[in-house]
Amino acid sequence: MSIKSEPITINLGPQHPSTHGVFRMRVTFDGETIIDVEPIFGYLHRGSEKLAEERTYTQVVTLTDRMDYVSSMLNNQGYILAVEKLTNIQPEPRGVWLRMIASELQRIASHLVAIGFLIQDLGAWGTPLTYSMREREKILQMFEMLCGARITNSYMRPGGVFMDAPQQFWDSLSSFIDEFPAAVDELERLLTSNEIIFSRTKGVAILTPEQAINASITGPILRSTGVPWDLRKNDPYDYYEKVDFDIPVHDAGDNYSRYLLRVQEMRESLKIVKQCVDFIEPGPVRPHHDQVPFLIRPPKGDCYVAIEGSKGELGFYLVSDGSISPYRWHVRSSSLINLTLLREMLVGTLFGDLFVTFGGIDINMGEVDR
Amino acid sequence: MIGFGLIKGLSVTFRNLFSPVFTVQYPDKRVGVFGLAKSKNKSVFELIKNEPKQFLFAFIGLAKVKVKVEQFPRFRGNEFVWYDDRCTACASCAKYCPLGIIEIVTHASGENLQAGENYAIDKFDIDTGRCMFCGLCVEACPYDALHMGTDFERGNYHRAKLVLNKETLISQDKNPSSWFRPQFEEKEYNPWDSDLSDYKDAGRHEKPSYEKIKQRWVNKRKFNG
Ligand code: SF4
Ligand code: SF4
Repeated sequence: MSIKSEPITINLGPQHPSTHGVFRMRVTFDGETIIDVEPIFGYLHRGSEKLAEERTYTQVVTLTDRMDYVSSMLNNQGYILAVEKLTNIQPEPRGVWLRMIASELQRIASHLVAIGFLIQDLGAWGTPLTYSMREREKILQMFEMLCGARITNSYMRPGGVFMDAPQQFWDSLSSFIDEFPAAVDELERLLTSNEIIFSRTKGVAILTPEQAINASITGPILRSTGVPWDLRKNDPYDYYEKVDFDIPVHDAGDNYSRYLLRVQEMRESLKIVKQCVDFIEPGPVRPHHDQVPFLIRPPKGDCYVAIEGSKGELGFYLVSDGSISPYRWHVRSSSLINLTLLREMLVGTLFGDLFVTFGGIDINMGEVDR
Repeated sequence: MIGFGLIKGLSVTFRNLFSPVFTVQYPDKRVGVFGLAKSKNKSVFELIKNEPKQFLFAFIGLAKVKVKVEQFPRFRGNEFVWYDDRCTACASCAKYCPLGIIEIVTHASGENLQAGENYAIDKFDIDTGRCMFCGLCVEACPYDALHMGTDFERGNYHRAKLVLNKETLISQDKNPSSWFRPQFEEKEYNPWDSDLSDYKDAGRHEKPSYEKIKQRWVNKRKFNG
């Protein structure tokens, strides 16, 4: 006797604990198998781009913090680079090195969150997340020493950073550099050869390089398909030419290789931080306010600057009409574009793989909807 | 070999079972007898003698002590520190605030004009209910009159009570954070130990006296011929 079944459509979200924010999907199942996914965005839309049009260039820094709230420093950096390019500001070297240290630490923190929540989505409530949060806590404490805030940093200013790092920061940074490799090793021992993780993530949600490039997917997801594309190497900004690091690449294109890639990227980021600490020299951290005042008036024009964020290419497009606030501010957010291939990744997989894939893509709804 | 990865992972969790605890119970921590004695700076015997009830509570694991989380001097807290004597009512802070939540109302004071007191402040309101603690107002203040505070946990049931008005700002404890105040950091300042109630300690430079300013003006005029 055969059982007759028909597809059923389920509405997941917007309030769902495993969608990493307010994200809604209309998923059609045939039994346990997904046959269609329709992502619906916009539940966290706060109109940041519009808000920027009535704020001065420095005030917009506070808006970038709130976009991707697990990588605020990287958002700061991208936006500040766009303003510097638009206004032709020459940044102070010490400020740039501090910017790089802060943003590489933030990349580590963001990847730690990504790994922790990937394993959390697999159903391991708490344990691996606690290990990654323990390390992230150290980074957040360093940010508190630097700029008084842990998430909404607003640390960078056009021309550098707002203030030099205190001695306390250098002390804890050096102990972090010493301790962090052991912590990553521990995390890897816990997870990398775990059979449950193998069976749940290997071969799930596979992307081919062609698909990824055609949909302009960037970041760890693109590199996990075997394309060595990293803006820090391919279009260096700040002082990334001066430091020496590798771009880890995997070619399986599944969730497991995304996880492995993030672990390796954390090690590379630590390498960059170490070199920055060697290169940094005493000096001013931002130009005198005679050169870069609070109210910047860039010449008429527009510019697009992209940096390698923790989730992919994070681009800022600024149009200036010569006044004190941007005429238009547009953000190319990596999370949003990485989500566009959700249907291609998920059709044919099982219900349980849906959340694992979410953890693998590592989206942040604050950045998707802005 | 199947299962080996699991065992390897479990060995990590097993080792961490015996490592020191890194999580913090907040805001209160449950303590035993020794923890309670230590938090009260007493020996266990004193505790039994003086506070037998507390001792019993601690013995069955019901005693709680307040926990202080580790913080750093640049912490931007839910509070502002404002020095009436330093403020000239220039309203730079109000102009630089991205949310426009600082409200200043002044009138011409008519006295002490050259010492920067052209305006008397009638109203100085900061609506902390809408503030995002970005610190741009502090960065903007040219006279070091406004500082970020270090207090937090100021939850309230009424929005109106979140508005810091002039009287509150003058009367409250002054523990400014060293955010954008390099002069504090030079002195190894720690906001939780010291109280900066004197406005003279809070600035990069002292507010000049009327006599001094007069002298300077006179000299300058002389110099310019
Ligand atoms: S901290 Fe920021 S939001 Fe709050 S009053 Fe100051 S400038 Fe405005
Ligand atoms: S910027 Fe400083 S001096 Fe000017 S009104 Fe604000 S607190 Fe007073």
